[in-house]
Amino acid sequence: MIKKTLLTALVAFGLGLGGTAAYAEGGEAHVKDYDFSYEGPFGKFDQEQLRRGLKVYTEVCAACHGLRLVAFRTLGDEGGPQYSADEVKAYAAEFEVFDPELDDTRAAKPSDKFPKSGLETAPDLSLMAKARAGFHGPYGLGINQMLKGMGGPEYIASILAGYTGEEKEQAGVTFYENTAFPGGWIAMPPPLEDELVEFDDGYDNNVESMSQDVAAFLMWTAEPKMMARKRMGFLVVLFLSLFTVLLYLTNKKLWAPIKRKEA
Amino acid sequence: MAGIPHDHYEPKTGFEKWLHTRLPVVALMYDTLMLPTPKNLNWMWIWGIVLTFCLVLQIITGIVLAMHYTPHVSMAFDSVEHIMRNVNGGWALRYIHANGASLFFLAVYIHIFRGLYYGSYKAPREITWIIGMLIYLAMMATGFLGYVLPWGQMSFWGATVITGLFGAIPGIGPIIQEWLLGGPAVDNATLNRFFSLHYLIPFVIVGLVAVHIWAFHTTGNNNPTGVEVRRKSKAEANKDTVPFWPYFVVKDLFALVLILVIFFVFVGFMPNYLGHPDNYVPANPLVTPPHIVPEWYYLPFYAILRAITFDVLFLNAKFLGVLMMFGSIGVMALVPWLDTSPVRSGRYRPAFKWFFLVLVIDFIVLMWCGSRPAEGLVPLISLIGAIYWFGYFLVILPVLGFVEKTNAVPETIEADFDAHYPPKKD
Amino acid sequence: MFVSTDSDPQGTRRDFLYVATAATGAVAGGAAVWPLINQMNPSADVTALSSIEVDISGIEPGTQLTVKFLGKPVFIRRRTDDEIKAARDLDISTLRDGESRNANIEGDASDVNRAMDETGEWLVMIGVCTHLGCVPLGDAGDFGGWFCPCHGSHYDTSGRIRKGPAPENLAIPLTSFIDENTIKLG
Repeated sequence: MIKKTLLTALVAFGLGLGGTAAYAEGGEAHVKDYDFSYEGPFGKFDQEQLRRGLKVYTEVCAACHGLRLVAFRTLGDEGGPQYSADEVKAYAAEFEVFDPELDDTRAAKPSDKFPKSGLETAPDLSLMAKARAGFHGPYGLGINQMLKGMGGPEYIASILAGYTGEEKEQAGVTFYENTAFPGGWIAMPPPLEDELVEFDDGYDNNVESMSQDVAAFLMWTAEPKMMARKRMGFLVVLFLSLFTVLLYLTNKKLWAPIKRKEA
Repeated sequence: MAGIPHDHYEPKTGFEKWLHTRLPVVALMYDTLMLPTPKNLNWMWIWGIVLTFCLVLQIITGIVLAMHYTPHVSMAFDSVEHIMRNVNGGWALRYIHANGASLFFLAVYIHIFRGLYYGSYKAPREITWIIGMLIYLAMMATGFLGYVLPWGQMSFWGATVITGLFGAIPGIGPIIQEWLLGGPAVDNATLNRFFSLHYLIPFVIVGLVAVHIWAFHTTGNNNPTGVEVRRKSKAEANKDTVPFWPYFVVKDLFALVLILVIFFVFVGFMPNYLGHPDNYVPANPLVTPPHIVPEWYYLPFYAILRAITFDVLFLNAKFLGVLMMFGSIGVMALVPWLDTSPVRSGRYRPAFKWFFLVLVIDFIVLMWCGSRPAEGLVPLISLIGAIYWFGYFLVILPVLGFVEKTNAVPETIEADFDAHYPPKKD
Repeated sequence: MFVSTDSDPQGTRRDFLYVATAATGAVAGGAAVWPLINQMNPSADVTALSSIEVDISGIEPGTQLTVKFLGKPVFIRRRTDDEIKAARDLDISTLRDGESRNANIEGDASDVNRAMDETGEWLVMIGVCTHLGCVPLGDAGDFGGWFCPCHGSHYDTSGRIRKGPAPENLAIPLTSFIDENTIKLG
């Protein structure tokens, strides 16, 4: 058993490395560097985009995928889609959840979480935007991720918009050609098509636009506190910079007599 | 104690005398803070304070995170997400703790290379150096154990691969490995004990740090010249030193806060830059991620581990790799006895400087190699890097001491300081 | 070292710089402590449960629903006319605890001050005995109300302590009607 696990690990880690190398350098898979509103130190989530993304998720993705770590109530939180309490309640009630106390299913309440993936092979999407990296390199130096970000949402959007329409069958499974997927063939059928989801405000609903909307929404589900984090980052950096200047001056003054300089 | 002569604490009031005869804690604090410190210390001497800060930061944020974390395979991943989503400010605490580990290791590497360049390991500071190496090993262990706790894919497979290193020991390896894991594979027993040890070892580090500080407060700090503080009289010592408080406290604080500005740029704006996306996927014993890499601070040693792809005599490549990896830290620990040069500081050793520079580059190249798939030129570069690493400690340093023609060393610290900051002529 | 002398012409400026630096450091330290304290406050998933809604449409007169709220049982009883009458006919001066113990209405322990609505049909109480915290049984005891099996406290049909060691009437949490079929706790 030990040997087996070890072997799996070592083999995976020997062979696997080779496997990633091909796309790590951006060879065949292409992830487009979309501009999202939340990028940069002062970027903010676009509330309208998150709401559109939620709609795409609800009407399309939720058929197979889940968001098991995300509570409905957070849809009303600041820095997110920020729906009103009543809207959140009504939205949650559309879902059925299992209640162990009732030993039965019931309509979901805001304090409940989104259901799990309905399809076994469909991964949960709660953290997907942080669990994938769209950008790599060059040469393993991490410069692209430094400049463009990790690229999780870009990867998601690129996958959704990256179908070429080609299919192939392999060992009884249908694969779809996708320009963003490592290896080029993905098992997930193309989920989006133009005008699949209608937005209340008539917003652009072509595949690429919807892909970005749902990618932005998934960035929010993965990092719901991003706005608070950037705000804290800004304040702390600002405050500590001021403190640095004061300490620099204090240090200079303190050492002046020792270094025999004018204070 | 052959310390540097300096003023000692004198209890004055009745209460001070009462306390001093029972518990000389004020005297201890006074002597620690007022330690005569060479006044020519440069900016490479700030990392000790940064490291002390990191240790405190990691312990405090760690204790707080432990209040919300659950060390069970079915709940660990979700409890970390609970911290990120529900706990008040939990996301900040976790990101600070995760990135704090990186700052800790960055600081310790610079601190170690500082010591290697300025000969801080040389007599009479061998004990300080050895304790430092023990602290570094304990940090490596703590960092590894902590990385397993979120129970993501990298946590699980990292734990599998690293504990597999122990399995490489001929004969008893598998028994040790099973004992470490508490079962045939990484599972709940492993996670639970790793949590316990991850909580424990930092306090061992606190103890080691106290001894580390005690040791160099006994010998006095090294300094960029490598020349010892004159200690015949207080007046003489005062020409070479200034008290730690306030001069170096303020200087080190300035450097620390400047470093924290950069640290919080990471925490606030790119908290996952140094992490791995795969650790946001829950651990799955049935699927290995395509590309397993340790955290950046283990990469040079990981590269040395992978550099060995051939058997030597009765040692197979796997075990040899493990030996080389631990050996690369071992030779560093032995450096006080490997360096034969009579001159302490690298500043006055023209040939040594170049070999040292190559060592630093070697370290960075090995780090890069560790992050790359082991294919193409990477294994060869890793092997050359590993050979240089061992060569530096086992061949270059012993030989260089005999053949190198060193430059003139200043008579005193005061002379060095005056050369930089000339005394005013009245 | 930080004390300037009167003869130091730059004394004030130097002092100001040192004080400003020390003060900034103190603020930094204080700001760093707050998150460490705040993290121990109830987390968002816990506070989300500080208010729940209960569907009461299925409760028949003379029966009660027990729901878990803030970690404790809450009794929601739809009382019969007899129970209401028994509760309202009592002379409250004979009670051990004369307070309403109602988070919604302060006042004496008359049943009007304890029942949720004017007719007295609905009675909502935290099901924790005021003696030592056991959960009393319904439809039991000498007064047709609740009986705590741990140490024998008897509560009447209004949840008031009548006999036994408990010091206070059963407490009533914050409640309100959302509509005729839904009660909001908290």
